[in-house]
Amino acid sequence: MTDLAATDPLPKPKRDIAPILLPVALALLMIPLIGSTSSWLTLTAASLAMGMMIFIMASGLTLVFGLMDVLNFGHGAFIAVGAYVATLVFAPFAASVQADSLWINLAVLAPAALLSMAVSGALGLVVERVLILPVYGQHLKQILMTTGGLIVAEQTLYALWGPQIIPMPLPTSLRGSFILGDVAIAKYRVLAMLIGLAVFIAIQLVLNRTKLGLLIRAGVENREMVEALGYRIRRLFLGVFMTGSALAGLGGVMWALYREQVHASMSDDLTVLIFIVVIIGGLGSIGGCFIGAILVAMVANYGGFLVPKLALVSNILLMVAILMWRPRGLYAVTSR
Amino acid sequence: MMILSGDPPRSRILTLVLVVIILALAATPFLFPGAKALNVAAKICVFAALVASYDLLLGYTGSVSFAHTMFYGIGSYAIAIALYGMGPNWAAVATGIVVGLPLAALLALAIGLFSLRVAAIFFAMITLAVASAFQVLASQLSWLTGGEDGRSFQLPELLRPGTVLISKNLFGFEINGRILTFYLVFAVSALMILALLRVVNSPFGRVLQAIRENRFRAEALGFRTVFHLTYANCLAALVAAGAGILNALWLRYAGPDTSLSFSIMLDILLMVVIGGMGTIYGAIIGASIFILAQNYLQSLMGVASKAASEAGMPLLPGLLHPDRWLLWLGLLFIASVYFFPTGVVGRLRNPAGDKGGGSH
Repeated sequence: MTDLAATDPLPKPKRDIAPILLPVALALLMIPLIGSTSSWLTLTAASLAMGMMIFIMASGLTLVFGLMDVLNFGHGAFIAVGAYVATLVFAPFAASVQADSLWINLAVLAPAALLSMAVSGALGLVVERVLILPVYGQHLKQILMTTGGLIVAEQTLYALWGPQIIPMPLPTSLRGSFILGDVAIAKYRVLAMLIGLAVFIAIQLVLNRTKLGLLIRAGVENREMVEALGYRIRRLFLGVFMTGSALAGLGGVMWALYREQVHASMSDDLTVLIFIVVIIGGLGSIGGCFIGAILVAMVANYGGFLVPKLALVSNILLMVAILMWRPRGLYAVTSR
Repeated sequence: MMILSGDPPRSRILTLVLVVIILALAATPFLFPGAKALNVAAKICVFAALVASYDLLLGYTGSVSFAHTMFYGIGSYAIAIALYGMGPNWAAVATGIVVGLPLAALLALAIGLFSLRVAAIFFAMITLAVASAFQVLASQLSWLTGGEDGRSFQLPELLRPGTVLISKNLFGFEINGRILTFYLVFAVSALMILALLRVVNSPFGRVLQAIRENRFRAEALGFRTVFHLTYANCLAALVAAGAGILNALWLRYAGPDTSLSFSIMLDILLMVVIGGMGTIYGAIIGASIFILAQNYLQSLMGVASKAASEAGMPLLPGLLHPDRWLLWLGLLFIASVYFFPTGVVGRLRNPAGDKGGGSH
């Protein structure tokens, strides 16, 4: 440690770019392996779109853990609830969904997404108050409580909507692909990429450019200190939790449209995927979560194309590889 | 005392309940005629052992694993595939055991070394991920596992229902291969539970509890916590695989629904929490309550659901439908984690309800 004079600028934190280069390197490495540039482009676009959707769903989880050391095993429930709420809007406006006009489609899509976010956010409020508040600081009970919450939420969805798979057709104007030469990129994937990128940029801006974000980041690093300075970190955390839940709801709507179906057990598969992303990224890190989501999606898409048999365990292998390299995830934010 | 490893139930009511449960299980073939009662009793035995092994992890080391059904499934599938492939003989049973148990232990070792080394919090997530991958793998490798259909197989001659060992005219009861299988399940489960009691009351078990209470301090005392946790993980996996073997032998079938599905994992969690974490005895109580409820309360729910729909009540029929039984279990689960963190056993041992036992 060197002494700093008061006038010296604060030392800049070192930029750690190795994790950022990882997905780029992976993508470039795949060009010769896949052979055809057009399939490579299509696959890369698919990975990016899928990665963005996973990122939207996972971002809340990683923030919640980072800020308050709460591991929410019921995060998947918000995803499913978001998707189901969207079907409520889609069903009565089926005609508008089928209409061949981007604006009419969006006029249904946007309120549906907003309503989903509102409902999952409100559910987040209830979950935080009822399930998580009584068990702060106790990991074991948190895991048990939130797992119980996941069961209850899933079963309630079954009771309300029945066990059948609900189809959720893509709006007409989002069907089909943009054709550039011999490369086809599905329109919906472009939209997903745009939304994901927007969410990522918004989160980064809030975290890095606002006082609220400053407090959140400070809370992630040292909760007691922020509390000692007189900020109500509990309220801050509730806000983060609700935002995370709302984002999970948005992710649920997007995922349902991507798969064009809604099912109560969709949360199970996605929970696993999200956990892997959050672990790879480093618990509490938004940047790590973003890269992790893209990596997972890339492995799923490239892997599914090259060695379909491997796709089943590819995520686990990826996780093992990353944790061998960096045992606490790509970016270790918290000291916990 | 010796047989209980110096860890008696420590509550008069609890002792009474346990004795009643064990006697009832032991006498099921004679007291309660019919296939259903015997099935329920066998399932209680298998799950008591399985849940006790999970308790070693959850209650004694405080680490949440979601991969316990994986080990259970490995045991089930090992014996099923061996008996399916090699025909109904004892060599196949031995092969299944010799392959299944080490496989489960090795996998547990790998998961333990990998995830317990990194950070305790990762363990739950990583086991969940590995277990779900294994589940997909088991349903995809259909040439080996039979896919979604699973594998049905024949038992060796001695254990078949058709084999009459003692005919009816001797005692008034027929002792056949089926009943012999039941007692095999009963005895092996009991042995495994007693072995687990021995483990948790050994110095090794004390270290596990120390790690649960304060891992940092246990490490500071010079214990290699990763080694202890991994070892506990392997032991739990071995017993779980053993329970899986028993389950497959009893059902004469192994498939994803009976041995791998995530809902079994939830059942195990519920049984541990209801029975009481960190007690081993809780496993017997939890398994008995849960499986009895599962088998007999569900039909009650069906009646209630019908009554509600006939009364024209909205929503209630759907909520009371027998298929929604997990919903009520989930609520019960949350309530018991919240209000009775020490479970039935903890309550009976300490009626005042102050915090003790394995809740942390």
